[in-house]
Amino acid sequence: MNELLQQVINGISLGSIYALIALGYTMIYGILRFINFAHGDVFMVGAFVGYYFAPIISKFFGGSPFANGLLVMAAAMIICAVLGVTIEKFAYKPLRSRPKLTVLITAIGMSLFLEFGGQLVFGPDPKLFPALMPSSAIVNTENLVISTNSLIVIITAFVLMILLRTIVYRTKIGAAMRAVSYNHYAASLMGININTVISFVFALGSSLAGAAAVLYSSVYPSINPLMGIFPGLKAFIAAVLGGIGNLYGAAIGGLIIGLVETFVTGYISSTYRDAISFSILILILLIKPSGIMGKFEAEKV
Amino acid sequence: MYKSKPAYIVLALVIFGLLVISCGRKTSDNEILIGEYSSLTGTTATFGQSTHRGILMAVDEINKAGGVLGKKIKLLTEDDQSKPEEAAMAVTKLISRDGVKAIIGEVSSSRSLAAAPICQANRIPMVSNASTNPEVTRKGDYIFRVCYIDPFQGEVMAKFVFNSLKLRRVAILEDVKNDYSIGLAQYFEENFKKLGGEVVATQAYSEGDTDFKAQLTALKGSDPEAIIVPGYYTEAALIVKQARDLNMNMPFIGGDGWDSAKLTEIGGAAMNNTYFSTAYSADDPNPVVQNFVTKYHKLYSDSPDAFAVLGYDAARLLFDAINRAGSVEGDKIRDALKATRDFPGVSGMITIDADRNARKPIVIIEIGDGKMKYKETIQPD
Amino acid sequence: MNRHRSKLVLLASLVAAGGLSFLQPYISPYYFQIIIYIGINIILASSLNLINGFAGQFSLGHAGFMAIGAYTASVITTAMNLQPGTTLAIPMFLLALLCGGLIASIFGLLVGIPSLRLKGDYLAITTLGFGEIIRVIIQNLDFLGAARGFTGIAKLADFFWVYAFVAVLIFLIYNLIHSTYGKGFMAVRDDEIASEAVGINVTHYKVVAFVTGAFFAGIAGGLYAHFVTYINPSQFGFLRSFEIVVMVVVGGMGSIGGVIVAAILLTILPEALRAIAQYRMVIYSLLLIIIMLARPQGLFGGGISIKRFLKQNPEQT
Repeated sequence: MNELLQQVINGISLGSIYALIALGYTMIYGILRFINFAHGDVFMVGAFVGYYFAPIISKFFGGSPFANGLLVMAAAMIICAVLGVTIEKFAYKPLRSRPKLTVLITAIGMSLFLEFGGQLVFGPDPKLFPALMPSSAIVNTENLVISTNSLIVIITAFVLMILLRTIVYRTKIGAAMRAVSYNHYAASLMGININTVISFVFALGSSLAGAAAVLYSSVYPSINPLMGIFPGLKAFIAAVLGGIGNLYGAAIGGLIIGLVETFVTGYISSTYRDAISFSILILILLIKPSGIMGKFEAEKV
Repeated sequence: MYKSKPAYIVLALVIFGLLVISCGRKTSDNEILIGEYSSLTGTTATFGQSTHRGILMAVDEINKAGGVLGKKIKLLTEDDQSKPEEAAMAVTKLISRDGVKAIIGEVSSSRSLAAAPICQANRIPMVSNASTNPEVTRKGDYIFRVCYIDPFQGEVMAKFVFNSLKLRRVAILEDVKNDYSIGLAQYFEENFKKLGGEVVATQAYSEGDTDFKAQLTALKGSDPEAIIVPGYYTEAALIVKQARDLNMNMPFIGGDGWDSAKLTEIGGAAMNNTYFSTAYSADDPNPVVQNFVTKYHKLYSDSPDAFAVLGYDAARLLFDAINRAGSVEGDKIRDALKATRDFPGVSGMITIDADRNARKPIVIIEIGDGKMKYKETIQPD
Repeated sequence: MNRHRSKLVLLASLVAAGGLSFLQPYISPYYFQIIIYIGINIILASSLNLINGFAGQFSLGHAGFMAIGAYTASVITTAMNLQPGTTLAIPMFLLALLCGGLIASIFGLLVGIPSLRLKGDYLAITTLGFGEIIRVIIQNLDFLGAARGFTGIAKLADFFWVYAFVAVLIFLIYNLIHSTYGKGFMAVRDDEIASEAVGINVTHYKVVAFVTGAFFAGIAGGLYAHFVTYINPSQFGFLRSFEIVVMVVVGGMGSIGGVIVAAILLTILPEALRAIAQYRMVIYSLLLIIIMLARPQGLFGGGISIKRFLKQNPEQT
């Protein structure tokens, strides 16, 4: 029974991390309708920004660990936002009117560029991500452990989701985003500057990747230039599963993938984990091709 | 005519490509060409680059000492992107275009297995630095290695856990994507059962994973006295760290894939009460070891991992053999490599056995107080 | 080119492949290896072109089909202990390759069925999932060597085999898309609903595209295994599928010649960049982005055919 409870906790903490990355994925997809394969690698850059900035920040600001942690996260978010907007401007914007497969190739190219470039610049060896916040256990019995780290991740994912929802539904730029997402052409006729909106979405989505990276690296403190591939892929699956373009869907999809992986590992077979989680994805898509939350068109970003 | 522009670009690129490929490297008579294929980029780039550093050091040393047979060693390095088919391509290029006399590589058995048949067919000796699958040297009599094979290391680990730690119930957490890990796990399990021990549970992860809590929680349920993690340090440090977070305080045991300063750097205090088998201990007063460790520190301001050590040893063993062969002909080098007895490597006294594998003692390292300490040496029988 | 002439061209190509294979001892093994990789990549990219370019189904699981073909053919030839140069080698190797292709096409059918319900990115992620499932299953099968890989495969594939299949595949695709039947593929790609409305059996075309594409990917896998002589599941991950998609899009979706040129170009490029060692994959990925930005429709897509190019530039021929 305790083991079951522990696995539920494990699954939720893993799932909330997937959800966090999936939020950025789904934002960008919602507006441009193409898979930004470089998202996982922007996430990786965010982790390295944290790695290089954390010592500087604690040296010059020397505040409480919590304040330092927030500053490191802010740095990662800003640099990732700039990176995301730059990638969009150079690699995706010129191809906006082209078939999606074309943009997909530049996205793959960009992803490879960041990975191999990362191996060149940062070195391929794993690096220790500095401990930003002292991790301790909230519940600590022989058989059940809940750490503050998982709680922080869950709370952050939740707060970010509410924040995003507010931006999308309560602000002017959010209304513009929804309009562009609904129809690029009609939105531009209404006087919406599509380029500004898309840049904004990329900045937002990429800064989410930056935030997720800092949290992720605090929980799993070994970072390397290829670290974005698998979380990126899993987050993408989570986004598709939840109904791509849908914020709640991304969160739910992330949690489902996290729980499924944990339970498959714990109770069925760890060697077949990835195969089984893919099978579940395929099954769900076959039953409901637009994903779990996909039918609510109005909910789309 | 505008429309035909891309076609010109293609044509130009193809011609450019062919030109670049066809400009071979010039060699002079007082050089011996040695080829290295290595994973400088891709998934195992961190191991490939470590190996490369070790080999570079050995080449640099020998050239400063006057070279081999009165000639300088010239090392040609090709990247294989951590892919077997690229390894085959790199080795073909090194042999047929550059005309290297011998080949060093690779870390991964999968790449060595793709490259070995090519070396064998061309009668070019190949010394693998860290491919532990027994199959590699079975590819032919020109294929050698300086690392342990999985059956030997698996047996030593099993004996250590059973006899020295006196533990009877263990669990295994293996990397299913990795040939080294499943090989070591398999031979550990066979030997441990033979000794009378019991493997109570087996769980798996995949190279690149970062969350192991589900596997660990499941293993915890079967209450093992120790957990064997026959993988690489890149994942092992996180595994042990997460286990400690789950209040799993039993010993963790690994193989030479754990051997890196990164292990204690990333794992920190969590790594206490863990053991791993490897080729050498940095505390060893042996001058060969100390010379290597200090020099490596000076050159790269970093501690050498097992891959750097094995790259260094592979290169030095090869140079020694060429020296003894007195010739750069493939069959002569092969015979000299075969005749290697008690070669003083950083990873111990290396003797090449009849199967062209290295026989050398194995060292057990214990981690306590965040430091790696020498525990014991086990001689091959 | 009419049917009759294209058959002659096929025959001529097959003879040429046979004839050229006698030149093998005179070519540097390094070039030879590049030429073989090019041939295998042409088969992979052209067969994916059938699914992606002609039928418009976004597939990211081609490496999975390749894996099935590679393992099936390898199991057959090693079980029979086929050695190159023996009398049995030729017919039995052909049989093994065809079996590999056949089993791959059965899986193609399995993947093709969801494509009836799913579109675009959803289909892409489903096919990617299928590819990964295949890889994970192989990774867990001990008799296939699991992560250790499958070793000891005889080196049966040579210039003739690879280029004979290149010729057959190109011949098939060429005739298919120039036939009335084949026009259905492009109709499905361009407008599924309209196609359905005029009585084209959309389901049929999608499934046929997947089955045929998977068949040739399986053949390519078999050839690859019998050239490299060693395979392991990691070689068939989703990154390999990406590589093949890249060839198709860079060449120009739906352009037979363009995809061939892209396969050649993208196989030579990393080799040409060897001199810059660790920088080469960075430069390679940058070039990929630049090519796509300069020619978004692909090198030969969007109305530029090789034939027209050759006509415009007779001096190049």
